[in-house]
Amino acid sequence: MERDDLIVNDSYALNAHHSEEEGITIRKKIYLVTVILSVITAVEVGMGVMFKRSETFTWTAIKWTFIILTLFKAGYIVMSFMHLGDERKNLRNAVLVPYFVFIAYLIFIAITEGLAHYDMDLSVH
Amino acid sequence: MSGEASKAISKDVLWGGGRSPFSVSYGKMMMWYFLVSDALTFGGLLIAYAFWRASSVDSWPIGEQVFRALPGLEGEFPLAYVALMTFILIVSSVTMVLAVEAGHRNDRTSVLKWLGLTIIGGFFFLSSQAWEWSHFIHGSGGFFNLSEQVTVVTPNGDNVTLDAGERIYMDHHFGHLMEMHLHDPLGVPLAEGDGHVVLTELGEHPHEAHLHGLKINKYDPGETLIEGDEMMKLWNARSESFSFGAPIPGLGADWGGINHSEYATQQGYSNFFFFITGFHGFHVFSGVIINIVVFLMVLNRVMERRKHYEMVEKVGLYWHFVDLVWVFVFTFFYLI
Repeated sequence: MERDDLIVNDSYALNAHHSEEEGITIRKKIYLVTVILSVITAVEVGMGVMFKRSETFTWTAIKWTFIILTLFKAGYIVMSFMHLGDERKNLRNAVLVPYFVFIAYLIFIAITEGLAHYDMDLSVH
Repeated sequence: MSGEASKAISKDVLWGGGRSPFSVSYGKMMMWYFLVSDALTFGGLLIAYAFWRASSVDSWPIGEQVFRALPGLEGEFPLAYVALMTFILIVSSVTMVLAVEAGHRNDRTSVLKWLGLTIIGGFFFLSSQAWEWSHFIHGSGGFFNLSEQVTVVTPNGDNVTLDAGERIYMDHHFGHLMEMHLHDPLGVPLAEGDGHVVLTELGEHPHEAHLHGLKINKYDPGETLIEGDEMMKLWNARSESFSFGAPIPGLGADWGGINHSEYATQQGYSNFFFFITGFHGFHVFSGVIINIVVFLMVLNRVMERRKHYEMVEKVGLYWHFVDLVWVFVFTFFYLI
C-alpha cells in the first residue's frame, strides 16, 4: 500500500530550514539557555550542601525553592531545547494539558492516600 | 523558527483536512506522544517514591550524606559527583540542540561534529552511573553492629544511647583493612593498645590503618563522628557481625543481596534508587544507541538524499527528554 503521508511530511520538514544569519541568533539563544541551566544547577547543589535538614520552616522553604528551580529548568529544556515553544499552539496544548491533568490527579491521590495511611498508622515499613 | 508552525494559517484550512493541523510530520508528533507517556511513567515512579518515603516510620537517608564520594579520592564531597553527572548531561543536551540547529542549515559536517560529541557525553554519563552504582553497592568503609546497648557522649556533650544491633560505621581506610583482617587474621594482624587500634597489612611494603573515629547515624540527620575514649566504648562493644557492602554476584561466595550495602538502611530507599536511576540509565543507553544509528545515517548521506535532517530533530527530542527526566530525578532523589 502506498503511504500518502510522506509527501506532506517532507514539506513540513523541508520548511524547517533556516539561513546562516538566523542560525547565529538561534545559537546565541542556545548558549544563553545553557548558562541559565548551569547556574540554576550550581545554585541547587550549593543549597543542597549548605543547608541542613530539619523539620523547620526554613527547610520547607528550601524544598519548595528546589521544586520551583527544577520547574524553571524543565521549562527551559522543553520550550527552548525541544522547541515546543516554537511549535503551533495546538500541538503545545495537546502535549502539555493531558500531562498536567494526569500528574495533578496522581499527586492529589497520592497525598490523599498517603495522609490516610499515616493517620491510620498502616505503615508496614 | 520551524517554518510551517510560525505561519499564520486560518483555522478552516488548518483543520480542514489534507494537512497536519499541528504542522508537524507524523513521526515528530508520535515522538511527542511517546514522550508524554514515558514522562507519565517517570512521574508515577517519582510519586510512588514520595509516597513510600512519606509513609516511612524510620528516618530516611539524606542525599548529601549518601552521595559524597569521588572516585579515587579520600574525604567527603557532598553532591559533587552527581552535580558533575548532571552537568555532563546538560552539556550533551546542548551539543544535541546544536546538532539539530546545524541540520536546519543542511550543514552535514557540523551535524556530525555535534552529534558525535553528544554520543561521547552519553557514554560519560553512563560510565559515571556505573561507578555510582558500584559505590552504592560496595559502600565506603563498612560497618559493624553493636552487641549490647552503649551510651556515648558526642563532641557536643549530648548523651546518645545506641541499642544492640545499631550500625557503627568505619572510615574507608580502616574498614578496608578490617575486611582483609577478617579474611586473613595472620596476614593483617590487629593490635589493640591503650586507647588505640591498629591494623597492619604485612608484606613487602607493610602499611597501617589506625582507628581514628567511628560514625554513628551515618546517613541520618544525627550523623556524628565519635573519637577518643567514647569511640573505644563503641569499638569494645562490637559484635561479630561486620558488613562491607555486597560482593559482586559470581565473584563473592557470600552474595547476600543489596541488604549488605551500608546505604541500605532503608530497603525502600535502595529499591527506588536502583529502579529509578536504572530505568533512566536504560533510557540514556537506548538514546546513545539511537544517536549512533542516526550518526551513521548522516555519515552515509541519507539525510542529504532526503534533503532534510528531521531524524536528528526527532532523536534530539528523545535525548532532551532524558535530560529532562534527570533534572527531576536529581531534585527529588538527591536534593530533597
